[in-house]
Amino acid sequence: MTQTDPYASSRETTEGRVYSVTGNDWDSLVTEIGATKEERVVVNMGPQHPSTHGVLRLILELEGETVTEARAGIGYLHTGIEKNAEYRTWTQGTTFVTRMDYLSPIFNETAYCLGVEKLLGVTNDIPERATVIRVLMMEFNRISSHMVALGTGALELGALTPMLFAFREREKVLDIFEMASGLRMNMAYIRPGGVAQDLPEGALEKIRETVKELRHNFKDNAKLLIGNSIWLKRTQGVGYLDLAGCITLGITGPILRATGLPWDLRKSDPYCGYEDYDFDVITNDGCDVYGRFLIKMEELEQSLRIIEQCVVKLEKLEGAPVVLDDKKIGSPADLKVGPDGMGNSEEHIAHIMGQSMEALIHHFKISTEGFRVPAGQVYQAIESPKGEVGVHLVSDGGTHPYRLHFREPSFNNLQSLSAMCEGSMIADVVAAVASIDPVMGGVDR
Amino acid sequence: MSTEHGLFGAKGTGDTSGYGGLVRKSHNELSAERPYGGYFDEMVDELERAYPEFNDDIERVVLDRGELTLHVKADRLFHVAQVLRDNPALRFEMCLGVNGVHYLADTDRELHCVYPLLSLTHNRRVRLEVSVPDSNPHVPSLVELWAGNNWHERETFDMFGIIFDGHPGLTRILMPDDWIGHPQRKDYPLGGIPVEYKGATVPPPSERRSYR
Repeated sequence: MTQTDPYASSRETTEGRVYSVTGNDWDSLVTEIGATKEERVVVNMGPQHPSTHGVLRLILELEGETVTEARAGIGYLHTGIEKNAEYRTWTQGTTFVTRMDYLSPIFNETAYCLGVEKLLGVTNDIPERATVIRVLMMEFNRISSHMVALGTGALELGALTPMLFAFREREKVLDIFEMASGLRMNMAYIRPGGVAQDLPEGALEKIRETVKELRHNFKDNAKLLIGNSIWLKRTQGVGYLDLAGCITLGITGPILRATGLPWDLRKSDPYCGYEDYDFDVITNDGCDVYGRFLIKMEELEQSLRIIEQCVVKLEKLEGAPVVLDDKKIGSPADLKVGPDGMGNSEEHIAHIMGQSMEALIHHFKISTEGFRVPAGQVYQAIESPKGEVGVHLVSDGGTHPYRLHFREPSFNNLQSLSAMCEGSMIADVVAAVASIDPVMGGVDR
Repeated sequence: MSTEHGLFGAKGTGDTSGYGGLVRKSHNELSAERPYGGYFDEMVDELERAYPEFNDDIERVVLDRGELTLHVKADRLFHVAQVLRDNPALRFEMCLGVNGVHYLADTDRELHCVYPLLSLTHNRRVRLEVSVPDSNPHVPSLVELWAGNNWHERETFDMFGIIFDGHPGLTRILMPDDWIGHPQRKDYPLGGIPVEYKGATVPPPSERRSYR
């Protein structure tokens, strides 16, 4: 039966005939296109499409089922975060950058805060406990980000169960975030000078349990997908990009490591004391979607290893400060997690409201005006789950960033789409996009 | 006494207490002397050897917070970048994009482009910076050297109006194609356009008093 859809129509334009497709009209569309002699069809996949990872628009030129040209159209989620941050204090900047790549907020925050600290010249004064907590949170975040990448990637290729497992695991990680910061996403937990608040009581015990649970649960997805013949057929040799391609396109992260190059900023240019942790850089020689998938799977275990080492360090650092001993930069500190997320510090409020007029004035000045950062510019890069996230900060000596720019790995890596997809089948485009793991919040900022 | 219309608010930094108490100094005036320390001396030596016009084309070498910036004449950028990429002793195979900065007060060199380079071979970083006047914002494109700069240059064009000569398709990337203005410029207000509501016009957020 041929269905007619009132929203599906076609019209003649200077570029050729344009068809609107809504999903119920495939039969009539096929009949109509079949009647024309033109083999070449240009398809707009997205910006609203279930398998394009958010509002990504793919412009695909097809000859039959083969993609002859692939271009990505982006900008649908541009929110002007970088511009907005120029009108906010350095402390408030954290709340903006955390919303860029919303699946790896801790990495955005840490890169930003390391940048601010470098500008302030206090990099070496950050308390060790704060640094260890940052590493702990980053590695948990790497797991939750990889889980979404793996889960949605599998879902888009038709495998539903891995997605359910992946989101079950991600939930455990989000519980840890909620316990520490009160929030599950966009935590603004890492602050210039340290972290917003110390881990609550009993946190290490819960983290230990979670690590145990995750390590056990990761096996479910591994059993489902590694070596699975359908999965292999959909991913092996698909989305091929070799080392030369990666380097000229500036690709970092799992895509680069899937060419066999063990490039990981945690090893090559350690920050946050990563040189003190014992872990391996995972590589693969496949240069394909399967290789990237295997790398992500194995990186989960490496993250767990780092987390366990963090727990041991944190036990020794019990009660140590978690924020820089500078009342200006370290404020607001000692916040307690409230029922609705970020809470207040009752002692601090009692102090400024009841005891010291000067403290109130300082509180007011720091909260409204913020602290000043000496003029200059820095570029700070860290290894996010998607590759090198770099923050370029310019200060003019004022209380706001003069310019804040994120070199987002998602934005950069999405360029490789054309190289990966041209000449392949249209179904492989979905696999390639999933392996790039773009998060549009990061791409468009 | 001057008369002011519109929204009131503090001018300048808004700091009436002197609490901030820090003298602002444009970092564009800085220039570093040798030795730079670390691998920077060796790297600059190599560049001087490989690029004989170093003294003419590199305007300044700035060392700040452990990061080295080479300020290159805009029209020589491509040549310097090519040497940095191809010379075996330098080998900056990766360019991590480009970022624009709009220094309103830097007369005749208002628009800056900043390129972070990374050498995987030697595990080194260096930054290139060029500046062009707002009236003639042309910078050579580096897409031919690093294909990955394609989108970064489009973004910088979109946000700052800097024109990258030789770019294969310099169009807007984040803003709509028919957008007027370049949002990241300092003379472009936050929020962009004044909003009209019931006949009254609400100015862009950055012109309201809390931001002034």
